[in-house]
Amino acid sequence: MTDPLYVQTLDLACGAFLLTGVLVLWRRDLAAIIWLFALQGVALGALIAVRGLHEADVELTVLGLGVGLLRAVLLPYLMRRALAAGEEGREARPHVSVAASLLVTAVLTMIAYAVSQPLVRLAPTPATQAVPIALTVLLVGFFVLVTRRRALSQVVGFLLMDNAITAAAFLTTTGVPLVVELGVSLDVLLAVLALQVLTTRMRAAFGGTDLDELRELHD
Amino acid sequence: MVLQLLVVAAGAPLLVGLMRQIRARLEGRAGAGVRQPWRDLRKLVRKEAIAPHGTGWLFRAAPPLLAGTTLVVAAAVPLVTADSPLDGVADLFAVAALLALGSVALALGGLDTGTAFGGMGASREMTVLALVEPTILLAVFALSIRVGTTDLGAIVIATASSPLSLISPVSLLAAVALAVVTIAESGRIPVDNPSTHLELTMIHEAMILEYAGPDLALIEWASAMRLTVMLGLFAGLFAPFGIATAGAGPIALLVAVVAFAVKVALLGGVLAAGEVFMAKLRLFRIPELLAGSFLMALLAVAASFFLA
Repeated sequence: MTDPLYVQTLDLACGAFLLTGVLVLWRRDLAAIIWLFALQGVALGALIAVRGLHEADVELTVLGLGVGLLRAVLLPYLMRRALAAGEEGREARPHVSVAASLLVTAVLTMIAYAVSQPLVRLAPTPATQAVPIALTVLLVGFFVLVTRRRALSQVVGFLLMDNAITAAAFLTTTGVPLVVELGVSLDVLLAVLALQVLTTRMRAAFGGTDLDELRELHD
Repeated sequence: MVLQLLVVAAGAPLLVGLMRQIRARLEGRAGAGVRQPWRDLRKLVRKEAIAPHGTGWLFRAAPPLLAGTTLVVAAAVPLVTADSPLDGVADLFAVAALLALGSVALALGGLDTGTAFGGMGASREMTVLALVEPTILLAVFALSIRVGTTDLGAIVIATASSPLSLISPVSLLAAVALAVVTIAESGRIPVDNPSTHLELTMIHEAMILEYAGPDLALIEWASAMRLTVMLGLFAGLFAPFGIATAGAGPIALLVAVVAFAVKVALLGGVLAAGEVFMAKLRLFRIPELLAGSFLMALLAVAASFFLA
């Protein structure tokens, strides 16, 4: 892969990664949020695969495809099943209003940029320069986790953070060992499965997954 | 540049007519024809100029001011040719300020009537404007970082000479932001519905409710030109093909005019077709949409630093 093409595709993947992460905050429709998460999975897989192609590293490329498959197909599939199991499909009243959270995201972006400057200065390559994007998505994921009420959108927030950590790992280094990445991916898969079981049980017990209404103990 | 002004001035009502025609056809109506807005304008101009009781000079000054600022913007923005005699004076900031001046003039004119509708429309217009203007500035600013100048003509020429640079996150983010803002600024669905007069949700129509005759014609014509200029600016920034440069011959100019007409008609057609399938957003959701587009523009600026 030639250098300008590599930089352009890498930038494009990073841009899509950032855009989908931010748009999760914008949409209220849970089905649309899951779609955005799937798109972000594609962007993450592409990011890793592009780096693999550039380094001529077959293992990294295959890993990119695997990560893309897990995060763009399998996890969204599981979440869609949880959604289809009869939950109302909207994030009705987030703790922070959507317009305000979009503006908070602007601030988070600046923070991520400021914080990651020392990291970038260590080894300024096109890949490390995109680290602020991974950090931004990490902060956005955390923000979603804190401010959303529905169990499903909190799962998406958690997975956004995980996506961002993976992206940061692959942007700063030429790759995590395959075993570690497999372990992390399995962890995430298990977490989603557990959460799916949990939301089903929550719905059976309380009739909804609005976590704020679970402060008191029920009989 | 005179050519560009003429094209915009004559073509703007045709664009509006084309969009209405497309909507009508998609909704299964015959439509009034592409030249209907011109016929409307002619009818309005022949009528007697009349102003409501109790309105002052602000009310009468607003329509010429709106049309005047729009004409200056149409002359300064690279639509047909990137070479403008206003270069060096009219950069991105001046253009955004002129657009804002026109909107503010119209809002003041709406307030001056003292009717409920005028005040409501003006306050809503200001709400939208407060988010639209910074977004325009930021989105075009993101594009200007690559070029190193805020001169719109220079940005367009630089993009035309290296079209591959369009496929970057900066351009994509800026394009999304600018698209939303273009829709908001020109008062189309989902931000405003240009064809309603009875709902409480109208923005632009509420402000001009008290205008009649030649004044109304001037406003309608200026709004059509604003739409054309915004669509043309969008097309020029993200698809700068066929735009004539300084010292271009008559054939190049002709090609540029045709390319401009095709691009704007295409964008207008897509916009009109999209409107058929979309409902108007609730007024309280509009700031959300605009905050989103502002964030896109900000991310575009940020990304041009991240991914430099």
